[in-house]
Amino acid sequence: MLEVSNLACSRGDHRLFSGLSFTLHPGQIMQVQGANGSGKTSLLRTLCGFMMPDEGDIAWCGESIRDMGEDYYAEMLYLGHLNAIKDELSALENLRISAGLSGVELDEKEALGALRRMGLRRREMLPTKVLSQGQRRRVALARLLVSDARLWVLDEPLAALDVGAVTLIQELVAEHLARQGMVIFTTHQPLQVAGTEMRGLSLS
Amino acid sequence: MKKSSMLGLLVLVIRRDLVLAMRRRADMLTTLIFFVMVVSLFPLGVGPEMDMLRKMAAGVLWVAALLSSMLSLGRLFSADYLDGTLEQMMLAPQSLSVLVLGKMVAHWMVSGLPLVLMAPVLGLQFDMSAQALGVLIAGLLLGTPVLSMVGAIGAALTLGLRGGGVLLSLLVLPLCIPVLIFGTGAVEASTAGLGVASHLSLLGALLVLALAFTPWVTAQALRISME
Repeated sequence: MLEVSNLACSRGDHRLFSGLSFTLHPGQIMQVQGANGSGKTSLLRTLCGFMMPDEGDIAWCGESIRDMGEDYYAEMLYLGHLNAIKDELSALENLRISAGLSGVELDEKEALGALRRMGLRRREMLPTKVLSQGQRRRVALARLLVSDARLWVLDEPLAALDVGAVTLIQELVAEHLARQGMVIFTTHQPLQVAGTEMRGLSLS
Repeated sequence: MKKSSMLGLLVLVIRRDLVLAMRRRADMLTTLIFFVMVVSLFPLGVGPEMDMLRKMAAGVLWVAALLSSMLSLGRLFSADYLDGTLEQMMLAPQSLSVLVLGKMVAHWMVSGLPLVLMAPVLGLQFDMSAQALGVLIAGLLLGTPVLSMVGAIGAALTLGLRGGGVLLSLLVLPLCIPVLIFGTGAVEASTAGLGVASHLSLLGALLVLALAFTPWVTAQALRISME
């Protein structure tokens, strides 16, 4: 359970938001909405502990994430604007390394399976620099398939994806919610998840 | 799926950085060639007086090693910073210091170790004795990891800054002076027929100190740079 209480954040001298409070329970999904520059990414980065909030606190299962440190990171997965993909490595190597960094050791079969489900069959061994923008995003998103994190923090997960991939992400999110996972995300494209109520959070 | 241990993560980072270095061999070679060039310029510029060359050999090799290690430091974190891998490293379920240590070890293997291996060949240009070469290599083996580790602090602090490369050298070079003093001191002591143990022990002590503290300091500096 993720509890955010009275959070305030600023970038430079500019106050992005203040007094923000919400609670995300297992099985819930929340979309952060707002215009460009309203602080969506800053909110998600604060949830990851990259940025210190000016005020307020973020708690995971009753404990402040600042005190939890690595124990919190074992429970969460963040995918940002940047794909964290190395051009020189193949899709397979990239997935295995990024999963390894998040504490999950994948064998080759598991990694291949995940990449194939992401629609990257026959692209697994290619260096990612020859892949298209959307395909690289798919390599990054393949981590969703092999992660056992309970909280997913997704910043614009649908950017550069085609219709097929968007459907796939919707399926993955629905499966994750059915496993009592939690999702908080931003997007400018519609994301429909069957069977759950989408909570909204507007930043202005 | 299996959970990875702290050691597993350390090995993963080292292997990853080594694979990446192998696929971008040009970066590694430029550092090495810079080292060879700088060292080779001195006999050409100073002239072929053996006595003088022998005296300055250790200093020239050490200063060149120091400068060429600065060249590769800028790349230590910047590629990972730009493509978002660094964010993911901060979210690793193990301490960031472990990952940073892995990157330091890989950086030394790619940029420090080749210099150490090259040094005896270059030392011959200065007519160094076999004994002095041995001491030089021992000193470099102990000292170059310290350069990588102290340099990593500077690299983390200057991450994402424009013109960070020059600032990095200005920050890190003064901190490397002790390594330079004990490294060249060891060679001088050996040519003067004195014991080298004290100099090498001090270099070893610096290495242990650096191993103990720099990963943590670098991790903190990275967190500051990421904000």
